[in-house]
Amino acid sequence: MADISSDTVIKARGLTKLYGRHRAVDAIDFDIRRGEIFGVLGPNGAGKTTTILMMLGLTERSGGSVDVLGFDPVRQPLEVKRRVGYLPDAVGFYDHLTARQNLRYTARLLGLPRREAETRIVDAMESVKLADVLDNRVSTFSRGMRQRLGIAEIVMKRAEVAILDEPTSGLDPHSTFELLEMIRGLKRAGVAVLLSSHLLDRVQSVCDRVALFNEGRIALMGTVVELANLVLGAGHPILVEAAGLDIAGTLYGIEGVQSVVPEGEGAWRVVADRDVRAAVAHRIVASGGALTRLADLQPSLEEVYTRYFEEARHAA
Amino acid sequence: MGSRASLALRRQGSPFTGIGPVLVKELADHLSSVRMLVLTLFVIAFGAFPVASSLQTLRTVVDPNSFLFLRIFTLEPEQVGISFVAALNFIIPLMAIGLGFDSVNSEFNRRTLSRVLSQPIYRDALLMGKFLAGLATFAVVLVALWLMVFGAGLLLLGVPPRGVEVARGVGFLVVAIAYGGIWLAISMLFSVLLRSPATSALCALGLWLFFLLLWPQLASAIVSGAAAGEIRSVEDYAALQDLAMGLMRLSPGTLFSEAVLALLSPETRTLGPMLPAQMRGAILGAPLPFDQSLLLIWPQITGLIAGMIVVFAAAYVVFQRQEVRA
Repeated sequence: MADISSDTVIKARGLTKLYGRHRAVDAIDFDIRRGEIFGVLGPNGAGKTTTILMMLGLTERSGGSVDVLGFDPVRQPLEVKRRVGYLPDAVGFYDHLTARQNLRYTARLLGLPRREAETRIVDAMESVKLADVLDNRVSTFSRGMRQRLGIAEIVMKRAEVAILDEPTSGLDPHSTFELLEMIRGLKRAGVAVLLSSHLLDRVQSVCDRVALFNEGRIALMGTVVELANLVLGAGHPILVEAAGLDIAGTLYGIEGVQSVVPEGEGAWRVVADRDVRAAVAHRIVASGGALTRLADLQPSLEEVYTRYFEEARHAA
Repeated sequence: MGSRASLALRRQGSPFTGIGPVLVKELADHLSSVRMLVLTLFVIAFGAFPVASSLQTLRTVVDPNSFLFLRIFTLEPEQVGISFVAALNFIIPLMAIGLGFDSVNSEFNRRTLSRVLSQPIYRDALLMGKFLAGLATFAVVLVALWLMVFGAGLLLLGVPPRGVEVARGVGFLVVAIAYGGIWLAISMLFSVLLRSPATSALCALGLWLFFLLLWPQLASAIVSGAAAGEIRSVEDYAALQDLAMGLMRLSPGTLFSEAVLALLSPETRTLGPMLPAQMRGAILGAPLPFDQSLLLIWPQITGLIAGMIVVFAAAYVVFQRQEVRA
């Protein structure tokens, strides 16, 4: 375990899980670094939850190795679980107990001293904006509130790694936004976050890196831009709307511009190998044109995802 | 899965980490639940009648050496037709099943299991904590009931119980708790095996009815099948009796009633047939000393406790192998 660098918190090598002859997880490798949000994407049955359970020692692996904060989840599950917070898909709490009682139970399982547990519970509930319902029964909570209570549990635990399985599924847009804000809060506190989700645009907005799971393997891994370059082709697309000049002719002269394609009335999609927005604006204005819009077209994860699975289907 | 020792070598940390909090939480849940209230009312309803009737009858008895207090438990009042102990024989399994039938599958259904197991505890602690909490709850009810019966006896009979009566009474409590423990373990086994609490309850109750109603018939059918040959000697007959008793003793209820019989009716000398040779020198109706009664039912007591452990171990093995994902 000496080879683990100080900012790598999870290191998986050749991680495999077999259910009978079915390879639910097939020899995957990945590293998760301290303070990053790592997104795990993929269709149902791609092996995301199984991978998560193996990292927690809740399912035994069939092969390979995982190292979580320097511990082996199979041999030292208690050490791993003491330091890792887990928010399962559709997390459940004891409905007949209040939020405080639920967290108190967790605190006891963690072996926290009583007084410290009480202050941590209040702090954690404040951090997820549930302080006013601390003594309400969980049965009165909405789904979004339950998910936030799950985040509060991780905050209370002072986990170094947070594993969130589909945290935003079934939430309305506002609750999703709030929850993602809390996940960013975890990151700011130095927690490494592993997030599995279906909501691609949401994932894109919070994740530093993503891994695309397909049939038990990691098909693609990297930042959203890297994946986009890989799947959609390299380039830095921008959208230009301008009037009063020959856009294509003007822009082709800029260093780095690879293509200028019209996109509707008075709009062009420009692809360059670098960020050319400043140069484009300068050139259009200098040429006497009226620049009405200049937008950075972020490569969309959804596009990457759709294109990748289309190609995977064609290849099959 | 290997033996316990190799498991301990492989994984680090005590399997009992967290057993305390689980026990305390489950105990609090049990004691504050509506189900508990219903079970208690049930016990009182079924227990009060035989006890009250027995006390009525026993008030007329004047013999100070007749184990009056024990007879509150065993007397079969004419107007009720069932003794307190016989009532307990079927109340105890019902209570134990009521406490255990949804202990693990409800955690699945509430989706709390994976969250709880992601805390630094082993599954061992969860299952063990739940079992001990159920057993403790059950013991609390039983002890309360026992104290009420002795208290009522004290008030209505006007004589204090003798030391040996208290000792036998305590022995009875221990046996009753072990009997409840078996049924608790059985109902928890079903709660691990079956995801639906209703199915689990149904299976546990079905098994209980099987042992209560069907098993005696089945056992005697097996014995008469085995007795197809002629019985030519006392040995043949004794062997047949042994078979019949052996079969009956597979039912926890039989073990319980035999143990209770020896404990609460001190004049019980044997639980099986008695040969004339064994009667020699015995004064009929004379009570056995407490230690001799204990000796007599030692196999029953160990059988009850061993049964509890075996069934719990089965639940444990199944639970360890289960996937936690819902």
